[in-house]
Amino acid sequence: MSDALIEGKKLTKRFEDFVAVDGIDFRVEPGEAFGFLGPNGAGKTSTMRMISCVSPVTDGELRVLGMNPATQGSEIRARLGAVPQEDTLDLELTVRENLLIYGRYFGLARPVIRERADELMSFVQLTDRSGDRVDELSGGMKRRLTIARALINRPELVLLDEPTTGLDPQARHLVWERLYQLKRQGVTLVLTTHYMDEAEQLCDRLVIMDGGLIVAEGSPRQLIDQHSTREVVELRFDADDDRAKALALISRTDVPHENLADRILIYTADGETEVEQLGRSGVHPETVLVRRSSLEDVFLRLTGRTLEE
Amino acid sequence: MPTLLATRVVEHQAHIFRKFWRGSAVAYLINPILFLGAIGLGVGGLVKGGKGTVDGVSYLAFVVPGLMAASAMNGAAAESLWPIMAGTKWIRTFHAMVATPVGPGDVFLGVVAWTAVRAAIGGTLFLIVAALFGGVLSWWAPLAIPAAVLTALAFAAPLTAFAGTQDTDFRFPVIMRLGVVPLFLFSGTFFPVSQLPSWLQPLCWLSPLWHGVQLCRGATTGSIDPPEAVANVAILMAIVVLGARWGIRTFTKKLAT
Repeated sequence: MSDALIEGKKLTKRFEDFVAVDGIDFRVEPGEAFGFLGPNGAGKTSTMRMISCVSPVTDGELRVLGMNPATQGSEIRARLGAVPQEDTLDLELTVRENLLIYGRYFGLARPVIRERADELMSFVQLTDRSGDRVDELSGGMKRRLTIARALINRPELVLLDEPTTGLDPQARHLVWERLYQLKRQGVTLVLTTHYMDEAEQLCDRLVIMDGGLIVAEGSPRQLIDQHSTREVVELRFDADDDRAKALALISRTDVPHENLADRILIYTADGETEVEQLGRSGVHPETVLVRRSSLEDVFLRLTGRTLEE
Repeated sequence: MPTLLATRVVEHQAHIFRKFWRGSAVAYLINPILFLGAIGLGVGGLVKGGKGTVDGVSYLAFVVPGLMAASAMNGAAAESLWPIMAGTKWIRTFHAMVATPVGPGDVFLGVVAWTAVRAAIGGTLFLIVAALFGGVLSWWAPLAIPAAVLTALAFAAPLTAFAGTQDTDFRFPVIMRLGVVPLFLFSGTFFPVSQLPSWLQPLCWLSPLWHGVQLCRGATTGSIDPPEAVANVAILMAIVVLGARWGIRTFTKKLAT
């Protein structure tokens, strides 16, 4: 268990008075896809920037690839691929030139970079745009180019900070599909996200962060099993009176539930049966939806808040 | 400690330059021709009907080194303010660099070193054009090129360091109007400092540009005064070193916090 790719112990990041990361413990094993899930401001990006060796650790311990970021940042970065939250591409250069220049930051020989650039453009499906200026690309294409760029040094560890935030569903699926390919090639992925579907799709294991702390840890399945029920019933009401009445009735039972702005959630092993019982006790919502539990529910149950607000 | 990794940043800058060199070539070649024509010959023609001398040389020969050092300063100032904001904030290319083995100090040193390369190219072209105009008097003139490079560095290092502390470009026009332009006009560029009121004259020692102009003028007119030249070089180098130390700090703070 000593060969973790990343290990954080009591890892802390403070900005003057503000504590962004409050003493978290985690480890990432080789070959896994590891996620930091949480709302904006949870401390995900600060954690990621410490792992990327661009932001110094305030307190606690951090080892990346067995090295210390404080003294060996440059050596560590030479073996990482970093996909930052905001694109940092050279807008006035072409797709291909962006890859060539970035490869030189790693000190790679030009013929090697040229060969890898061709491979990578094909990997992220940008070969036919290789001569186009980056500012002409769509958001999804820029993201794919940023991912390709992060792979130019053949990293064993790729760090992705909100890889699909701001992309449309089609563009997101294309990015996921490429990341899944990488994972199959044995590359270790560490990503942050505030999309639970992204975490469920990509992560073998994840931690849920809130307010700079890790509030839960496990595989998506484990987290759902531990912190939520198998199914969730969503009840929506048109009239506030009906809703208040229903809430009073539900509160009298010991059924676990959450009262959200637009709906009431009921946690249960069997949604259909629960709906029938509620109907018998006089709860008649306008719409009823029975669905499987997701990481969103885990987060809600752990923190009492939704992820995206 | 920033090392040779800074050369990788220079490569980035050089790549952009090679791609867009046509725009710069205009500035490099046309501007000296315009300035030498207008100021050197046009204004110079007024100095006793074109027959008079300034500090013992023709006005054209007097103003050539002034314009050469001043254009090194102007070029360095232009490279060290808005393009830095583009790297740290607008396009964020510097953030891409520090995600690689290149560190914040390397980014600073690379960017400033590239300004020196540009000053060398610009200075060489300026000197050739000035020689064709007949404004270069001495075989020591090529020494004006390293003098122009040192002048450029003395502006690039502190201005780049300062730009690294800023989150907006609000203060940049102020630096240009209240810093660069007055230096351009009053550093012995267009007229000898001896024309100024005597109580103002010692202030020229505070102007980095004046030191650069003195060095360039010594080289192109062959009137170099070694002890003073050593002082000029020492002062400019001190500014470069202090600016670089400050810049490595400000870039580290900006790019790696």
